[in-house]
Amino acid sequence: MLKAVKALFQRDRRFLFGFIVIAVLFVGAVLAGFSPHDPRLWNVVPRDLPPSSKYWLGTNSMGQDVFWQALWAIRNSLVMGAIAVISSRIIAVAVGLLAGYRGGLMDRLLMTVTDSFVILPLLPILILITSIFKSRLSVTSLGIVLGIFGWAWDARVIRSQVLSLREREFTYTAVLSGMSTGKIIFREYMPYIFPLITATAMNNMLWAMGMEVTLAVLGLVSLEIPTLGTMIHWAVNSQAMLLGFWWWILTPVVLCVFIFLALYLLSLSINEFLDPRIRVQRLQGIKG
Amino acid sequence: MDVLRVEKLKAFYIMESAGEERAVKAVNDVSLTVRENEVLGIAGESGCGKSTLLKSLLGSIRPPLRHMGGRVTYLHRDREMDILSLPKEERQKLMWQHISYVPQGSLSVLNPVRRIGDTFRSFVGAHLDIQKDPDRFESLVRSHLQDLGLPVDTLKAYPHQLSGGMRQRVTIALATILKPRLILADEPSTALDVVVQRGVIQLLRDIQTEQHNTIVMVTHDMAIHANISDRVAIMYAGRIIEEAPVERIFAKPLHPYTQYLIGSLPRIGDKSYRLSAPGTPPSLADLPPGCAFHPRCPNAESICRREIPSLSLAGRDHRVACFLAAKEDADVGSSEALGSQ
Amino acid sequence: MAFLKRYLLPRIVQYLVVIFIGGTLIFIIPRLMPVDPVQQTLERITIQGAFLDPRAIEQIREALLELYGLKGSLTEQYITMWRRLLRGDFGPSYVQFPTPVMTLIRISLPWTVGLLVTTTVLSWIVGNILGGIAAYYSTRRWAQLMENIAMLIRPIPYYIIALALLLLLAYALPVFPVTGGFSIGRRFVLSWDLIVDILKHAFLPALSLVIVGIATWFMTMRLLVSNLLAEDYIVYAQIAGVQDGEILYNYAIRNAMLPQITGLTLSLGQIFGGALITETVFSYPGLGTLLYSSINTGDYNLMMGITLLSVVAIATGVLLMDLIYPFLDPRIRYE
Ligand SMILES: Nc1ncnc2c1ncn2[C@@H]1O[C@H](COP(=O)(O)OP(=O)(O)OP(=O)(O)O)[C@@H](O)[C@H]1O
Ligand SMILES: [Mg+2]
Repeated sequence: MLKAVKALFQRDRRFLFGFIVIAVLFVGAVLAGFSPHDPRLWNVVPRDLPPSSKYWLGTNSMGQDVFWQALWAIRNSLVMGAIAVISSRIIAVAVGLLAGYRGGLMDRLLMTVTDSFVILPLLPILILITSIFKSRLSVTSLGIVLGIFGWAWDARVIRSQVLSLREREFTYTAVLSGMSTGKIIFREYMPYIFPLITATAMNNMLWAMGMEVTLAVLGLVSLEIPTLGTMIHWAVNSQAMLLGFWWWILTPVVLCVFIFLALYLLSLSINEFLDPRIRVQRLQGIKG
Repeated sequence: MDVLRVEKLKAFYIMESAGEERAVKAVNDVSLTVRENEVLGIAGESGCGKSTLLKSLLGSIRPPLRHMGGRVTYLHRDREMDILSLPKEERQKLMWQHISYVPQGSLSVLNPVRRIGDTFRSFVGAHLDIQKDPDRFESLVRSHLQDLGLPVDTLKAYPHQLSGGMRQRVTIALATILKPRLILADEPSTALDVVVQRGVIQLLRDIQTEQHNTIVMVTHDMAIHANISDRVAIMYAGRIIEEAPVERIFAKPLHPYTQYLIGSLPRIGDKSYRLSAPGTPPSLADLPPGCAFHPRCPNAESICRREIPSLSLAGRDHRVACFLAAKEDADVGSSEALGSQ
Repeated sequence: MAFLKRYLLPRIVQYLVVIFIGGTLIFIIPRLMPVDPVQQTLERITIQGAFLDPRAIEQIREALLELYGLKGSLTEQYITMWRRLLRGDFGPSYVQFPTPVMTLIRISLPWTVGLLVTTTVLSWIVGNILGGIAAYYSTRRWAQLMENIAMLIRPIPYYIIALALLLLLAYALPVFPVTGGFSIGRRFVLSWDLIVDILKHAFLPALSLVIVGIATWFMTMRLLVSNLLAEDYIVYAQIAGVQDGEILYNYAIRNAMLPQITGLTLSLGQIFGGALITETVFSYPGLGTLLYSSINTGDYNLMMGITLLSVVAIATGVLLMDLIYPFLDPRIRYE
């Protein structure tokens, strides 16, 4: 495992880029705790100042320091994404394992429900939910709501992996030797499923954070909590661009681009690493 | 006259896992020649590198397979062509009109979403101008299928609609439609039942009688070699370990591995039969030192564990790569190493 | 017959289940709402109108409960919802009372469908072809450049792309109108001018959808085709000297298209979400803008109507595609 990670670092510049960006942002998120201002308060600094040595990324029209606001936004967005990822992983693994291992009617039933969640237009449904709870949605509860809706595709992926594992030799051996179902799953299957969980987690994080931005821009989350989405919301709704306060709008937008790109490249690179077929193609590409 | 010469060919699958490279030595220092109008059989158990050898002979070496040395020379119209260094266009020109190929596994090699007729069109169209004279193309394909005893309706079918035997005949028809001089056939009869198997082999023989082509015939089934091959080369762990005319291979096998193959020959058509000697074949990624066969060899001596035997003359047109066989055989005094001349 | 049972039946069941789950979710969610819509409307009426005697108010309350489908026990309400849905009746809009939700939707729907269908089809085709070509010639510089561009666009949230495009093209290069679906004050008489006007207004929203769509399909197609290149039938055709163009089109792309059709089917819901965002960013007069205004005014009936309709529409789209699929994949057709 360690060796594998080391190899990823050496071989894949995309992995390196993604990892460094996420690591830097993670440090930023931790530093948010040292912010001199409460991110919810207005008028703690002079308004509308461009970047300077005092206010690194300037200040906004609500009298907030954009730099510290951005750190808080990163922190909240990452926490929200992580909660969404963890809760959807729990559902996806449970459904995928159950459907794949039990098979038969259970499988058909669970997969019909799963496919329904894949097909359903989630944005309108999430809009309906968030518009009802709006300001009552904390970072945690929004994460959980996104988790409840974002598991379906990954459950499918895990199920098909379990299906193929079930056909393999060691399952028969394990079943014949009287191993309990729980043990088979944790001892024999987890080593195969765990990489899938990691790989799909990146994509899910992308989806959840993208959804947060979308909902926030529409004004459907608690707007006092600084997140990447709410930062954009305030900047756009206060006409920051027209008024020439580019630092205000550009900060969250650039952050978004970096975070999403980093997560995406990480997921591409991990997926390739897990699927030797793609790796071979790469090799061909490099060789020219 | 030779039509194909292979010299010290090496082709390895280079795999990397967890940052480490691993070489699967599927074709390891293979030298052989193919003579005009003969059927050269290549035998060996599953995974010993037969298909990889054929792919390399066709110049189709792509990652993870890598060319590690040696040459593959075709003699065509008094020109010698090294297929591994030939420009792509030249190689394409050589294909199908001069050299053609019956791949292993007939379902996976036919495009699942196109009708058989369309596959004929793209294969023939790559070498003849069929746009100009579509009728001639039609009649060419029809008459070829009829010659091979295949219903013309096959052209309208999709691959999965045909039976395994039918598909195998289609791949043979596809490979022979331009009357190539040399056909490389990879297990054309494996995975078929006995009656069909015999039909397919008969088909190849008929084609050879009719078109006078040279055939390189890969199969692990010694009974088929007895039936169709003129000469047989035995492959073990990526190397040719014995090569002789078919009568001689059966009458006087010298390599202990060949002896197993011949000794375990069952009644013709026994399906459960697979080539095997006691023990398991070595991993091509982790070959034992010395002769790759020594862990399974009943009479291995210390030299077998240290040195790799080279293919040496051991009788008329008979070559073997074994220290013990060369010593035993009285016909030849010294084990003179034999490369290509 | 076996085909019907094995292929068709599960799909129809799936269709019904999607609608059932969607409908049930949409039924449950608003009932978790802390405010009472009937009370809200009544308050609005009493504020506007002078005095109403309590009996009249009671009558209005009854009528409103009926209209909003809030009468009786939860079970009764649930059954009422399905019955109304089958009739295509989503009740009145709370805000533009008593205009039926269905009327509002009917006005907006053609705009969204027009935009969505055109851009989806266009980006699906272009993305797949480019992705296939880039995978086949993956060693060339231009192919790698294309891949890198798509890789940069693909993960960025759609909203940000739309916003960037809006800022870049509409403010920096004011060629295209920034907002709306047509010029204000224009009369709706079918004419060449009108069509040009509509197309001009649709250009930026469509462009943003197409850019993102192409990048998305490009990335999946590139992966699919580069995996396909190791397939036996492609290697065989290459050995046989079949030309690159022929292999690329008839072997690689044709085969990779099939999973892409499934992919298109499965992502319809997500594509629809993208269209909603575009419309709000560009104030394009479709369902998205209608939804946005219903969010801002708290018009839950309208929101529910749009959501339900999108569930039904997407489920139907998926079913239709599933019905077409066997015509494209011979392996399913002739089982
Ligand atoms: N694409 C590949 N990547 C890595 N290793 C491979 C690949 N193809 C084959 N090999 C390995 O190379 C060795 C030789 O394979 P090859 O297909 O040439 O054997 P074969 O003699 O044709 O076997 P069979 O009789 O089963 O067809 C095997 O050990 C196989 O595992
Ligand atoms: Mg083989």
